[in-house]
Amino acid sequence: MTGATQRSTPSQAFATVVRRDLLLAMRRRAEVLTTLFFFVIVVSLFPLGIGPEMDTLRLIAPGVVWVAALLASMLALQRLFALDYADGTLESLLLAPQPLGLLVAAKVLAHWLVSGLPLVIIAPLLGLQFDLPGEALAILVVSLLLGTPTLSLIGGIGAALTLGLRGGGVLVSLLVLPLYIPVLIFGAGAVEAGSSGLGAGAHLSLLGAFFALAAFFAPWATAVALRISVE
Amino acid sequence: MLQASGLECVRGDRSLFSGVGFALDRGTLLHVQGPNGSGKTSLLRILAGLSQPESGRLDWDGRPVRELGDQYRATLAYLGHQNAIKDDLSAVENLLVSERLAGGDIDEPHAREALAGFGLARHADLPTRVLSQGQKRRAALARLAFRGRCRLWVLDEPFVALDAAAVARLGETIARHVHEGGIVVLTTHQAVDLPAARTEVLAL
Repeated sequence: MTGATQRSTPSQAFATVVRRDLLLAMRRRAEVLTTLFFFVIVVSLFPLGIGPEMDTLRLIAPGVVWVAALLASMLALQRLFALDYADGTLESLLLAPQPLGLLVAAKVLAHWLVSGLPLVIIAPLLGLQFDLPGEALAILVVSLLLGTPTLSLIGGIGAALTLGLRGGGVLVSLLVLPLYIPVLIFGAGAVEAGSSGLGAGAHLSLLGAFFALAAFFAPWATAVALRISVE
Repeated sequence: MLQASGLECVRGDRSLFSGVGFALDRGTLLHVQGPNGSGKTSLLRILAGLSQPESGRLDWDGRPVRELGDQYRATLAYLGHQNAIKDDLSAVENLLVSERLAGGDIDEPHAREALAGFGLARHADLPTRVLSQGQKRRAALARLAFRGRCRLWVLDEPFVALDAAAVARLGETIARHVHEGGIVVLTTHQAVDLPAARTEVLAL
């Protein structure tokens, strides 16, 4: 039977992990939807609490949407490695003869597709509650599209470091939230700059730079953290 | 060849074992024995490279395992305490995923054949969450059918929860691997007859 096996490449392993995690997410839709509902509800609370003062709402909209996206993304973080850790499949990832950073990147990608992308898609709809103009909505989507993967990548490091610790959920917030601040500033700033006519280009470029840096370094840092946590 | 010398494992401030050494040539089975809590699982995790020993060295074909990295992992099949199967995936899906991750590329008929070999033909498409403890263990063990290319097998309590037929089947699989020049390191509390050519015993 061994004759049928042949060596698979790192890209096949990457695809295998992404496909597996997406399949698992499809089989556990309820957990996935929690993040999205959290995001929708938190954002919707503000117009209800503040009342129909359009100027105030327009002013706070970018910040509210971004902070809600940040918290939703953090809420989802605990799912990133905890289940794999509990059932032992994380060990088989660590023992796979493939670069671990690559497999971690695959897990983060699948995690973002499930917990980050839906937020990006629904954000313009929520922005309408705040009476955001069309252009600002477009900038909001682009900023989230660049920012939320960065959040997932940075959060992965925290999730890996706190793996298996009691009260890891709280700890991961303390570890990760400060690191989210630059993304928050430039993400919300992009929308504000866009609506005040300054142009969002600079902010979005910086968000892109954050993303590029995180995509390059975070998977390897996460890989090292995982090896330490599993030991 | 797997060579260990002076391995020491410390948990907290307690030394589990120290000065553990052995040299395993091709075609050898090492049976690690010891009471609960003596550090059998810890030793196996060190051999798999999942944790680092406090001191001592571990060499594979004369080179330190730490330096070999992926090269060592490509030659290793590890079955831990946990089955490393996903509850929401079927046995076939689990087997396909774990084989692709381990660097092999098998197709579905082969996976089914391997599962049938461990008596899971009728349960191959059920989510493994509905399977019994022993059936889950079988689903995990079916991987070994494709790991003939891995020269070193490290198995932590592989016989646990298995019925007599499955124990015999696994015993055969292990014996064949040893016969073909593989190295098997395992722990078990059950009195299992392992018909391997060269069996060594390490007591912790």
